[in-house]
Order: sequence, then C-alpha cells, then structure tokens
Amino acid sequence: MESQQGDRPELPRPTLWPVGFAVGVVCALVGFVVSWPAVAVGGAIMVVFGALWTRDVAGARRRAASAAAVPPTETAPPIPAHRGGAAMAPPAPGERFPRSKFLEGATLGIGAIIGGAVTVPAVGFMIVPPFLKQGKKEVDVGPISDYPEGEFVITTFLLDPKEGEVSRRTAYIRNNGFLRNLPSFTVISNRCAHLGCPVQPGGLIQDSKAKTEHTAHGEEVTLIPVLGVSSFTCPCHGGAYDPEGNHTAGPPVRGLDRYEFSIRRGRLYLGKTFSVKRVVGTGADAKIHRYNLRAPGEHVGDWESWLYPLYPPH
Amino acid sequence: MAASARRKQLQATVLYPLDWLEERSGLVGAVRYFLFRKVPGDTNWFHTLGSATLTAFLVQAITGVILAMYYKPDPNSAYESIQHISNDVWGGWLVRGMHRWGASVFIILMFFHMARVFLFGAYKYPRELNWIIGVLLLTLGMLEGFTGYLLPWDETAYWATVVGININGTAPFLGPWLSSILNGGASIGADTLSRFYSLHMLVLPGAIFGLIGLHLYLVIRLGVTSPPWSKEAAGADWLPEPEEPKPPRTGLVQPVPRGK
Repeated sequence: MESQQGDRPELPRPTLWPVGFAVGVVCALVGFVVSWPAVAVGGAIMVVFGALWTRDVAGARRRAASAAAVPPTETAPPIPAHRGGAAMAPPAPGERFPRSKFLEGATLGIGAIIGGAVTVPAVGFMIVPPFLKQGKKEVDVGPISDYPEGEFVITTFLLDPKEGEVSRRTAYIRNNGFLRNLPSFTVISNRCAHLGCPVQPGGLIQDSKAKTEHTAHGEEVTLIPVLGVSSFTCPCHGGAYDPEGNHTAGPPVRGLDRYEFSIRRGRLYLGKTFSVKRVVGTGADAKIHRYNLRAPGEHVGDWESWLYPLYPPH
Repeated sequence: MAASARRKQLQATVLYPLDWLEERSGLVGAVRYFLFRKVPGDTNWFHTLGSATLTAFLVQAITGVILAMYYKPDPNSAYESIQHISNDVWGGWLVRGMHRWGASVFIILMFFHMARVFLFGAYKYPRELNWIIGVLLLTLGMLEGFTGYLLPWDETAYWATVVGININGTAPFLGPWLSSILNGGASIGADTLSRFYSLHMLVLPGAIFGLIGLHLYLVIRLGVTSPPWSKEAAGADWLPEPEEPKPPRTGLVQPVPRGK
C-alpha cells in the first residue's frame, strides 16, 4: 500500500465546509422566491463557509508542496489506468472486504428498487385500465312507434358516443306486443356466440324503409325493418340460430346474447347485455335462461363454464 | 521498390480510419471475428436460411419504420392514411408492398430455417438453448403478424382481429383476462388499434432484436453444424470432448473428429 503513494495526487482532507456553503446556496435560491432578506442571509452563509473552505484547501496545497520536496523512498512501477481492477492493490492475507460486499449488495438492491418503482406503475398502466371501464350508460334507440309488432328491426347505435364510430353496435329488436299490459321486446345482440362475428338476419331486409332517429345528444340511430326473419346466420364460420336466438347449427356454444331494455316517455332504451343459454317459447311468452355476460366462445350453464372460474370485472 | 513504398503509404492512409477505430474500440476485430470464423467445409445453401430470415426481418424493420412516418393509428384516420400511403405518397405502394409481402416471406423463411435445423439435427447438444430461443422468435414473429393484421383497419382486419382475440378469450382460466388486455377493454374499440400498433412496432420488435442478438451469440459461440452426411466434426474447435466416449448413436453418420 505504501509503495503506491507516489502515484496518487495529494488530496485535501475531507471537510464539512462545502456542506455549509451548499446550505448557503440553497438559502439564497429559496430567498429569490420567498424574500430578499433570506437571500442576504444565504449570501452571508456562503461568504463565511466559502472563506473557511478556501483557507482549508490553500493550507492543504501548502502542505502538499512541502511534502513533494522530499522524494518518496521507493517508487513502484506505474499501473496502467485502463487496467481497471488491476489498479487495485492485492488484499493482504486474511484481509476481508465487507465494504465492497455491502456496495455490491446496495447497487443490486437499489437497482432493483428503482427498477420496480418504474416498471410496476408502467406495466400496471398497460394491464389495469382494460378492467376498469364499467358502468355503461343506457342507449336511446328511438320511439317504440318505430318498431312494428311481430317483426325485427335492424338497429345500429353508438354504445359509447365518446368513443365514436368504433363503438357502433347492432341489435335485432322485435316488438312482441303486450304481456299482461306491459310492453314486451326481444332485443338480440348481433355478436355471434362462436367468435364474435356479426350474425345476419334471414329475411327480407327493407332498405327502402330505413329510418334515422336521433338520440337526445344527437347521435344517429339507424333502423331498418326486416320481414319474416326465420333465422340468424354468421358469415364467418356458419353458426346458425332461430329467431329467438337459440343455437340451431354450427360451432356456437350457446344462444345469442340479449340486451336489457326499458321504456321511458315512449322511447326504447337498451341497457346491460347478458348471455343466454337457450330460450323456451317465443315472443312475449319466452322463458329466457339468462347468465352474466360472457365473451363469445365461452360456455354458460354447463360444466365447461367451470373453465372460467375467475371472470374479469367489466 | 519506390512503387511499393508508395503503395504501402497509400494503404496506410486508406486504412488509417479503420486503424483509428480498431485502436479505440476493437470493433474491426470483432466484425472480423464474426464474419471470418471457421465453419465446416461442407456447409451448403441450406445454411443460408438463417441469414435469409434475418434479412427478411431487417427489411420489415426498415420498411416499418418508414411506414410509421405516414401511418396514423387512430380509428378515424387509420384506413385513410393507408389509402394515402398506397395511392398518393411517392413510393408508398412499393414500401407498403415490401412490408406486406415481406411479412409472409419472413414467416415462411422462419419455418424453412426451422425445418433445416430440425432435419440436420442442429438442435441437439450443445445447441438446445438456441432451438428454444428460435421457438420464442417464431412465437414473437407470429404475434407480429397478428398485431400487424389489424393496422389497415378495414373490414377484413377488424373482424379477423375480433375472431383472433375471442379465440384467445376461450383459453381456460386466464383466457377472458387475456382478451380484455388485448382489447384494452371489454370489447374491441379505439384503444385496441393503438395498443396493437404499440405492440407491433415497439414491444415485439424490441424483443425480437434482443433474442436475435442472443441467437447469433450462441451461433458464434457454438459454431455452425455440419450436415448429417458430413465426415467433418461439427461445432467450434474448443468444445471439450465428452469425458467418456458415448455409445454410437443409430440413424446418424458418426462425425470423425478433425485431425484424425
């Protein structure tokens, strides 16, 4: 260790004066924002500690100069700077390095903490929001007088006007007349229960009788009547359903989803969507086997629905 | 001799920048080590499939970066911006065509490369890890195809992605969560497009670049395999001989170690 003294520049001994000087700088900077007297106090602190610091450094210089006059007794060969670790003296036998172990652990540990502090919120920002968009509002789909009794109407509407055209959805809505003095509607989602393609109604689509209604906020709702719907079929993989949305052929695993509905001031509103295993009966008398909304391709009401024990909230 | 001296001087002048770089970085030596390493004498055209796949990926990366300068990942303008690239921007039809057809070339070459590695037995000890990295690269390449397919935002793209995400959603247990993360919500929407765009041009290519680096590192470290019919030893010179000679394998021509 002694032999290397000649390579090293003489450094001033550590002092606390720079800390005081820094406090003065901080005080002055805060003073610029808060008040002028604080600047003056900061300036005074800086001057005092600056003077002490300068005196210390100057003293160290003088001592170094007098020490340099005496040549070192023994000169070690210079160790090239670029050798990195080689420039360090070999440890004396039995010597241990608890400090280097500590620094190693601290570097890894602090690195892990900083990495986690950055990564966890960023990845959370990616994963959490898709599960938080809840509480869909009701959708206005026009006056009930637009819906002729016993026939389906292709209704397209914006599910979320803020999101725009990309949220346009289609429902097949049939006015079933009255059941015990209460109006009854069948509102079938066009999302195929196989993999989500749009099912098409098998009937005479009366494009010439298409109508455009507007919601209270001015969004367009398009209504196209269809005569004599006998089925719904999917163009993607050939799933087929009867007019109640019961699965009749092809790959789907359940019936078509439906919308809840309500009527206020003569207008029809669509609410939450729910999944349907099957419908017994037709029209107003239908008995619907209803389940919580599931994504296409997922079973409801049989053992295969156990494959999805934890369902994301939506 | 005068001509030779001048020639030497000229050579030194020309090579000076390379020497400068080499002295400060060792990069010239590294490139030399990478390009001029030993390979078995009977390598053949099938061994170029890996480089071909890498080239196809670089074509995708370069054309993709340039397409991103014109493409707008927003549901209201994505389709129009693609029409604009194809019909209005000078050279857009070519660059988009390269990216579009190059995508299939990349996937096909990955499979050819994989078939070569499989049929030559190049996945065996000590190269198993490189096979695993290759499988990850194949998966990421397919994900690139899946996420890139949505970006034109036309009817085919939209409904194919609806079906693709819903197929993911039918996976047991975590399927519904996975499809929600892909959708960026309960169903496909405006966030889906920007999400897929980010995956397609930032997340997946970054991962692919990193894994290609590992893949090449292992190729250089372990050497190139000779074909199964080769009489030459496979692999790098320095690999240790197994401690005990293994029993001869059936179905493979036994390589004879070099120098015997």
